[in-house]
Amino acid sequence: MTLQTDTLVRPTVTLQSKADLLKLYSDMLLIRRFEEKSGQLYGMGLIAGFCHLYIGQEAVVVGIQSRQNPQDTVITSYRDHGHMLACGMDAGGIMAELTGRIGGFSKGKGGSMHMFSREKNFFGGHGIVGAQVSLGTGMAFAHKYKKDGGVCITYMGDGAANQGQVAESYNMASLWKLPALYVIENNRYSMGTAVARHTSNGDFYRRGEPYNIPGEKVNGMDVFEVQAAADRAFAHIHGGHGPYILQMETYRYRGHSMSDPAKYRTKEEVDTFRNTNDPILLLTDFLVKNKTATEAELEQIQDQVKEIVKVAADFSQTSPEPDPSELYTDVLIEA
Amino acid sequence: MPIMTVREALRSAMAEEMRQDPKVFVMGEEVAEYQGAYKVTQDLLQEFGPERVVDTPITEHGFAGLGVGAAFLGLKPIVEFMTFNFSMQAIDQIINSAAKTLYMSGGQLGCPIVFRGPNGAASRVGAQHSQCFASWYAHCPGLKVVSPYSAEDAKGLLKSAIRDPNPVVFLENELMYGQSFEVPEGDYVTPLGKGKIVREGTDVTITAFSIMVGKALKAAEQLADQGISAEVIDLRTLRPLDIELIVESVKKTNRLVCTEEGWATCGIGAEIASQIMDHAFDYLDAPIARVSAKDVPLPYAANLERLALPTVDDIITAVKNVTYK
Repeated sequence: MTLQTDTLVRPTVTLQSKADLLKLYSDMLLIRRFEEKSGQLYGMGLIAGFCHLYIGQEAVVVGIQSRQNPQDTVITSYRDHGHMLACGMDAGGIMAELTGRIGGFSKGKGGSMHMFSREKNFFGGHGIVGAQVSLGTGMAFAHKYKKDGGVCITYMGDGAANQGQVAESYNMASLWKLPALYVIENNRYSMGTAVARHTSNGDFYRRGEPYNIPGEKVNGMDVFEVQAAADRAFAHIHGGHGPYILQMETYRYRGHSMSDPAKYRTKEEVDTFRNTNDPILLLTDFLVKNKTATEAELEQIQDQVKEIVKVAADFSQTSPEPDPSELYTDVLIEA
Repeated sequence: MPIMTVREALRSAMAEEMRQDPKVFVMGEEVAEYQGAYKVTQDLLQEFGPERVVDTPITEHGFAGLGVGAAFLGLKPIVEFMTFNFSMQAIDQIINSAAKTLYMSGGQLGCPIVFRGPNGAASRVGAQHSQCFASWYAHCPGLKVVSPYSAEDAKGLLKSAIRDPNPVVFLENELMYGQSFEVPEGDYVTPLGKGKIVREGTDVTITAFSIMVGKALKAAEQLADQGISAEVIDLRTLRPLDIELIVESVKKTNRLVCTEEGWATCGIGAEIASQIMDHAFDYLDAPIARVSAKDVPLPYAANLERLALPTVDDIITAVKNVTYK
């Protein structure tokens, strides 16, 4: 039932076109630069409240997103900026939501943790740890009910994996053979508590075993391994066999949120990941060594990404705050 | 008009809406094969099949969230709680996910879902199975909260709730399921947000919802024998509350008794009293009185249970207090 990563053959990435490979690079770099800019704006007081950065985990969402179908839906927790960018949501709209402006995806009413785009099939952005898992299971239920061929991809962290409703969701998803992909982003810390201190068994991918859900542990720092695992998961789900669990071994470089100095781990630990296992460096290395792209081509992408983030940051500061009349709108839909 | 029990009225509301909208489905514990723990979903499985009448595991938090997620993608779930006591397990999904997402998404993502089931005390089932959740849910913006009394309203309000694009908490009462009322024939709906004067009077206004409407009507009958004319308002919807109807009545009667089966503290009666102070303070000839459950967990012993729940006599006493008789 379970697959071990060490038994897997490294996927044949040459099957992807140069454009596809450069898009992986561009998407991951956009998340990295966007989040760095978010951190800066937070430091300047332009972003407030809770703000959870995705830096270090980029390969996970970009790898999965590159293998899913247009009708698939995505839902995640509050560490959601990367997922929104990967879904194709406009960087300016996301950044303007972070600054609480009318141009934000939720008109400034949701903030960092609560953003949605029906158009891009992104359903949040949820602030309650684990809540997105039963919501995503319901979205999978709807895909099956409507027979639209869609899969719901539900992301959660290692901390959320211990919530009771995750087990409840696994049970129902397997019982009803729902088209659900559960992606556990194990960034090794549930806020400040290391996995070994919050979880009796860190093999989150095996949590589906009692419910007959197959799972895999994947090197989530390598976008190609993420893609290959996603392909196996989607093949299983599209075959009508029900849900699948992917445990992505990843790492977040920044604190849990902007207010977390991350004193529960050493600088050496963070540096080790940054220097030897960084998802963007790994991909860059591959692209250069295989002569997929020249330094100049990569620099061109870097410039494009820089420009997108600059435009987004400008928009997030020039878009006005919501009109006071917005206070009372969107509470209920007119029946 | 034909006679129908509240149970049959609720069932026919669901069946009619399921016939005309394939997006409507029912889920909950024992709703399908068992035909409903209280038989409210009787025969729905036979007519609509297991894809639309879904037995769930005992997993309230999970299936409430599942229902909300399905509603995000445009389905119209009717989630049955075997009793609302178990909705406390699921309240995070009802409030944080169902009620707040429209606002948090800037109006993009509505949640057309109905959470329904029996609420409040049944008979001799003890503290954990007897709580009234009216004030809990009525507290929260983004929800509509409905609690019908008669079979006619149970059907009309449930049909409105299912058609409503917002999350609706629909509080039934187990002891009412078997009670019979006249029900109009055909496809009718009762608007949400509107109360109803179920007995006209001139001396005092009594507000009630769900099973307390019956007790208020009985009290009004006995008060009439004693020369006191009581007007009884069936609130029907608790959020949004039809405060205009109560204000107009109080302007006429100048006295108000608010009844509910739940606890008084931060309750529906407290809310009505506050709003009447805002809108009709100068019309009041007596302080507003509240009739509610005693401030204790509901006891099991028959005599203690009787003492804990609000009675017809409690309402009569309160009315006499505010009318100084």
